[in-house]
Amino acid sequence: MIASIAAFLTGLANPTRFLTVAGRLMPWMIGVTALLFAVGLYLSFQAPEDYQQGMTVRIMFIHVPSAWLAMMCYTVMAIAAIGTLVWRHPLADVAAKAAAPIGAAFTFLALLTGSLWGKPMWGTWWVWDARLTSVFVLFLMYLGLIALNRAMDDPARSARVSAIIILVGYINIPIIKFSVEWWNTLHQPASVMRLDGPTIHPSLLYPLLVMALAFSMLFFTLHFAAMRNEIWRRRVASMRRQAARSARG
Amino acid sequence: MWALFVRDLRLSMRAGGGALIGVLFFLAVVAVIPFGVGPDLKLLSLIGPAILWIGALLAALLGLDRLFQHDREDGSLDIMLMQETPMFLTVLVKCLAHWAGTGLPLIIASPVLGLLMNIKGVAMLAVAATLLVGTPAITFIGAVGAAVSVALPRGGVLVSVLVLPLAVPVLIFGVSAVYGAVEDPAPFTPPFLILCAITLFFSVLGPLAASAALRASAD
Repeated sequence: MIASIAAFLTGLANPTRFLTVAGRLMPWMIGVTALLFAVGLYLSFQAPEDYQQGMTVRIMFIHVPSAWLAMMCYTVMAIAAIGTLVWRHPLADVAAKAAAPIGAAFTFLALLTGSLWGKPMWGTWWVWDARLTSVFVLFLMYLGLIALNRAMDDPARSARVSAIIILVGYINIPIIKFSVEWWNTLHQPASVMRLDGPTIHPSLLYPLLVMALAFSMLFFTLHFAAMRNEIWRRRVASMRRQAARSARG
Repeated sequence: MWALFVRDLRLSMRAGGGALIGVLFFLAVVAVIPFGVGPDLKLLSLIGPAILWIGALLAALLGLDRLFQHDREDGSLDIMLMQETPMFLTVLVKCLAHWAGTGLPLIIASPVLGLLMNIKGVAMLAVAATLLVGTPAITFIGAVGAAVSVALPRGGVLVSVLVLPLAVPVLIFGVSAVYGAVEDPAPFTPPFLILCAITLFFSVLGPLAASAALRASAD
């Protein structure tokens, strides 16, 4: 199993092969994403209103998946960073670089929907509790990584350097996950991913899970598209350089 | 190693070394606050410890881009990378020297600035103690940012952007330990011990990551 995965990943090290595979997968991924979103959004609006929160409970169907994806995206980047530093996989750095803006977008979405929900429920747009603060720090780290990628023009050098920063910043992810348990926060504790089973009612749980699946597929689709764009961008850059060199000589 | 420590410390003490500039910046930040929030002594003594911590954090960040920049420009960084001593130790010693050059003066200056902010004696001691334990962590975290941006043409601002989010826990536990020392129900020891743990943790992770980044940007 592991050997076949490794062989598959090694095969993908050839960017041209990756482009072929990604190009073939892309229409399917877009289709599955659209289908999942159609089902998920339908179920979200079919879900009963909460007896306390009323309509605003539906914000959760966007908020929770975005927050999960914000953390998963950073995890993907950390794995890619290990891939860059340990195996020098040529696509790992493309994956890490392409994921950063997507992760920033999901983090922003989680912060935005959370604050839209917080205004009617908590009576405030923002509180400085541990969960909100640590997610805000995650957002800042995404922006810092994007700035770092833009500041360096040599992709090979910026790949290794930003991989190190990604791995150092990964300590924030467990802090986000456990912030609601370590500190007494206004943000409610985990109600889905618990050892003793979810404490959320099934009528709200199933739409949430479908939406989480839809958001994950959206992430993978966007990530693949961004990776393809990044590979093409690098090819264009190197072709331009070649053209300039041959024009001069 | 001792020679490297003394060399770096001397360099930071010399004109243009940045040790004095850090203290001046610290003074300026703290002096600006009363103009912003008003000269109410009660309010100042309430927010004083936090102001001192934020000022020290910003002042510590200010000098960080010098940590490797000069050594890269005159080529001594390449020699350090080539020598047999592990780069991890070299970076650790450089961080300690940088801290002794820029962090210690901040701590010595903090009680004087505490007087300006109308802070009580116990709180002043607590601020100095937490700064003594906490500022090395800022230097170690900052070393990663400094190592990353050493190859960049304009690294200074980027260092702060990358380092500030990671330095947030240091600030949180530093300030909460100070308030624990002053106010009754809040405890002093747990946040102080967590602050010690953060510093020890980053004293390993910081130099490791920084030496890896220096190696990556050297070739």
